[in-house]
Amino acid sequence: MTTTDTPAPAVSEGLVNGLYREGEPIADSKAPSGPLQNRWEERKFSARLVNPANRRKMSVIIVGTGLAGASAAATLGEAGYNVKAFYYQDSARRAHSIAAQGGINAAKNYKNDNDSTFRLFYDTVKGGDYRARESNVYRLAEVSAAIIDQAVAQGVPFAREYGGLLDNRSFGGVQVSRTFYARGQTGQQLLIGAYQAFQRQVAAGTVTSYARHEMLELIVADGRARGIIVRDMVTGEIETHLADAVVLGTGGYGNVFFLSTNAMGSNVSAAWRAHRKGAYFGNPCYTQIHPTCIPVSGSHQSKLTLMSESLRNDGRIWVPKDPADCDKDPREIPEDARDYYLERIYPAFGNLVPRDIASRSAKYQCDDGRGVGPAVDEVQPDGSTKQVRRGVYLDFADAIKRMGKSTVAAKYGNLFDMYQRITGEDPYEVPMRIYPAVHYTMGGLWVDYDLQSTIPGLFVTGEANFSDHGANRLGASALMQGLSDGYFVLPNTINDYLADAPFEALPEDHPAVAEAHASVSERVHKLLSVNGSRSVDSFHRELGTIMWEYCGMDRSEEGLKYAIGRIRELREEFWRDVRVLGENEELNQALERAGRVADFLELGELMCVDALHRRESCGGHFRSESQTEDGEALRDDENFAYVAAWEWGGEGEAPVLHKEDLQYEYVEMKQRSYK
Amino acid sequence: MKITLKVMRQTGPSAEPRLVQYELMGISGDMSFLEMLDVLNEELTERGEDPVAFDSDCREGICGMCGIVIDGEAHGPERTTVCQLHMRSFKDGDVITLEPWRASAFPVIKDLVVDRSSFDRIIQAGGYISVNTGAAPDAHATPVPKEDSDRAFEAAACIGCGACVAACPNASSMLFTAAKVAHLGLLPQGQPEREARVVNMLQQQDAEGFGGCTNIGECAAVCPKEIPLDVISTLNRDLGKALAGRG
Ligand SMILES: Cc1cc2nc3c(=O)[nH]c(=O)nc-3n(C[C@H](O)[C@H](O)[C@H](O)COP(=O)(O)OP(=O)(O)OC[C@H]3O[C@@H](n4cnc5c(N)ncnc54)[C@H](O)[C@@H]3O)c2cc1C
Ligand code: SF4
Ligand code: FES
Repeated sequence: MTTTDTPAPAVSEGLVNGLYREGEPIADSKAPSGPLQNRWEERKFSARLVNPANRRKMSVIIVGTGLAGASAAATLGEAGYNVKAFYYQDSARRAHSIAAQGGINAAKNYKNDNDSTFRLFYDTVKGGDYRARESNVYRLAEVSAAIIDQAVAQGVPFAREYGGLLDNRSFGGVQVSRTFYARGQTGQQLLIGAYQAFQRQVAAGTVTSYARHEMLELIVADGRARGIIVRDMVTGEIETHLADAVVLGTGGYGNVFFLSTNAMGSNVSAAWRAHRKGAYFGNPCYTQIHPTCIPVSGSHQSKLTLMSESLRNDGRIWVPKDPADCDKDPREIPEDARDYYLERIYPAFGNLVPRDIASRSAKYQCDDGRGVGPAVDEVQPDGSTKQVRRGVYLDFADAIKRMGKSTVAAKYGNLFDMYQRITGEDPYEVPMRIYPAVHYTMGGLWVDYDLQSTIPGLFVTGEANFSDHGANRLGASALMQGLSDGYFVLPNTINDYLADAPFEALPEDHPAVAEAHASVSERVHKLLSVNGSRSVDSFHRELGTIMWEYCGMDRSEEGLKYAIGRIRELREEFWRDVRVLGENEELNQALERAGRVADFLELGELMCVDALHRRESCGGHFRSESQTEDGEALRDDENFAYVAAWEWGGEGEAPVLHKEDLQYEYVEMKQRSYK
Repeated sequence: MKITLKVMRQTGPSAEPRLVQYELMGISGDMSFLEMLDVLNEELTERGEDPVAFDSDCREGICGMCGIVIDGEAHGPERTTVCQLHMRSFKDGDVITLEPWRASAFPVIKDLVVDRSSFDRIIQAGGYISVNTGAAPDAHATPVPKEDSDRAFEAAACIGCGACVAACPNASSMLFTAAKVAHLGLLPQGQPEREARVVNMLQQQDAEGFGGCTNIGECAAVCPKEIPLDVISTLNRDLGKALAGRG
């Protein structure tokens, strides 16, 4: 089937679906064997140590100061390493982790409700729909208790009971109370704790902090990660920074969808640049979609706001039965003209079905023409626009009748206020409107048990790695993972790598440094010189529409193939027609965004290829070809119980799939059912 | 709606600021203030004019990154962050003036973007509890009265936006510093370093060029996180003790 005149990507033998190649399976993820409970202890014991006097001679670059990066920087600084930390915001305290609301899990069993390390491990593996690693998840559960101790010692003001002890709540459908929280601002308080520990090390001189610096390239010399190229976002200077090891704690890539609950600057660039230099990308198509966000209100919207899932405990979800009622005042729609669709389809769980099911069901109602709220222009993938209503009602009228307005206000008042500020509607009077939104990405750079990527010396922590969440992350577990990685795991595993350091100093004119530097300058120059007619945001919006439509909640072979073609065309058009004004030597926000969108345009294609190859439904990833008779997600453990680790195939070449088999020795794989 | 914007523009740190006027049509009340600026920037890009630089990231009122003086008020007419201010707070035909935070300790970088790294240096001077990772006792080892913990939380809610400085006629950062001093000082874990903390943080605050606090209270009036003014009295009490101890 090979033809000589086919343009790149060349179709050749071994191409699957015409899109990717299969490579060698991943032989070893470095997890120690033996009883699950002993693996982490064992690994810590076997890791080589670095003597304190030598640590001063060694340097580590950390990119990102969210929970994962700031905690790692502080801890490695305390240990005496020379740490340089980079982030794109003006202060380390503003990393996206600041926005997390709900809470952080830990197996403390403070409630004496039979919680344990094993139960947290078990719930997390099951919540990940059996697509996460047992060893990693167990370690996460094991370390979780120490995170709370650490945070409390730093002065994080968690909620407390009258007796002065910490309070817990239950979260995301688990049956124990293991979630620690600080009002609705847990991420903020945890990050401020880590940020303060970080600033303490800056004062001590072990950590040097680089605000408004964006990593644009990784330096790999003689097979090892040895540094990064960054752009000083104020002066435009392209700087080289070298070290003995590099850590990426750069967060998730949900912004590939344009509209998401992520901070505006969240991006994939650091991870993507590393991927292009040889780091495998694990499970890129795994995206978590959160059911309770405030819906899109207009075509100029820049982001979506999450509202706590706890609202589903008392609110009832419905849409009008008759599409003709969709623009009516909901209070005038009589009871028998309403479709409480979750209660109808899932009588056992009703409005409390898991995130993926609630999200998907809302989409189906709206696709069916029964969505509510303002009709907004939605750009269709073919470029045309269509008017659609993207919202379902979350109604508290019954709850207010049952508990009284003041009880509802005491429980949910701050969320109601936030809703009112954003929508201008009073949710005590008119039902709220909600719609799913992209929230969290479970995929990320592939790492082994030591959090090391396939590039020696490149470590990846927090949401930027793929490791602990499987296909469907549970609430309150991302904060836990970020801090577990940064405070406890990485500081132990990285020693083993650094035991061979310090490595020979790289001269600035080393070919690997020169190449990385030149590639960044060229790219920046190229973006500024296209001088086309379309704004960066217009490309981003269009990419987002394609991703949401075809690689979002519901994916099909046909749709994904179409999306891949559209993304390729869009990418080509981007480089031909994007308009970025100004120059490099100044604060240039359009240039920053352009670089990020260029990387999203490449990642988007890989996400679709990954989604296409995984012909099963798991967690939030629903393949329409793989469903049970009554329309539920159908996993295929026989063929897909593996991590998909993608290797960059080269510019215009097909990516290479490496499979890491997942083995479950301690948890039995079961089909989920919520009926 | 139709809106007229007068934006204080400055091409770089040492450039002269100048007020530039823009007309915008078709603004909807559902847009946030920053989304309205996104629309302006799309239009400017189309016309080939340099877009207006402004800071934002979370757009949820929690990261503290956004900050604009709107019609003379830090974060504008409502007590919230600019990213949570919506255009429905304005009327068709309004003329709105935008300026960056003004304070010598917050130098302007470009247009509405300022450098707030002085806040980080105040924290470096002692706004933390010294505890190394892994050295912490069990979280239940020291009970904390709920009331103290709630008050500590209230002070800890500061997002470091700098509106307090922008609103203060003396450009004082006292509310920001005092919020941190109160947060840590209200908790048992913060006691050992309590006195040194307040002295060192205040010294740094002066060194950064922030003005003195003369109890005007404009800071608390604009603070989007409603940090109470009485954190400043807590700070003053701690300072008194620290100085007496030294004397
Ligand atoms: C609205 C919301 C609510 C949430 N609620 C919860 C919750 O209740 N519980 C829970 O467990 N999880 C929650 N999550 C998820 C959780 O907040 C994140 O997964 C987690 O905070 C990610 O932390 P991180 O340190 O990996 O990355 P981030 O906090 O995203 O930090 C990324 C860092 O990398 C830097 N960076 C990125 N790219 C570059 C680059 N190219 N160059 C330089 N620097 C770069 C940034 O400056 C930043 O410092 C929530 C998420 C959202 C969006
Ligand atoms: S005290 Fe209030 S106004 Fe000042 S920085 Fe903190 S949150 Fe902003
Ligand atoms: S953008 Fe984060 S507070 Fe406004």
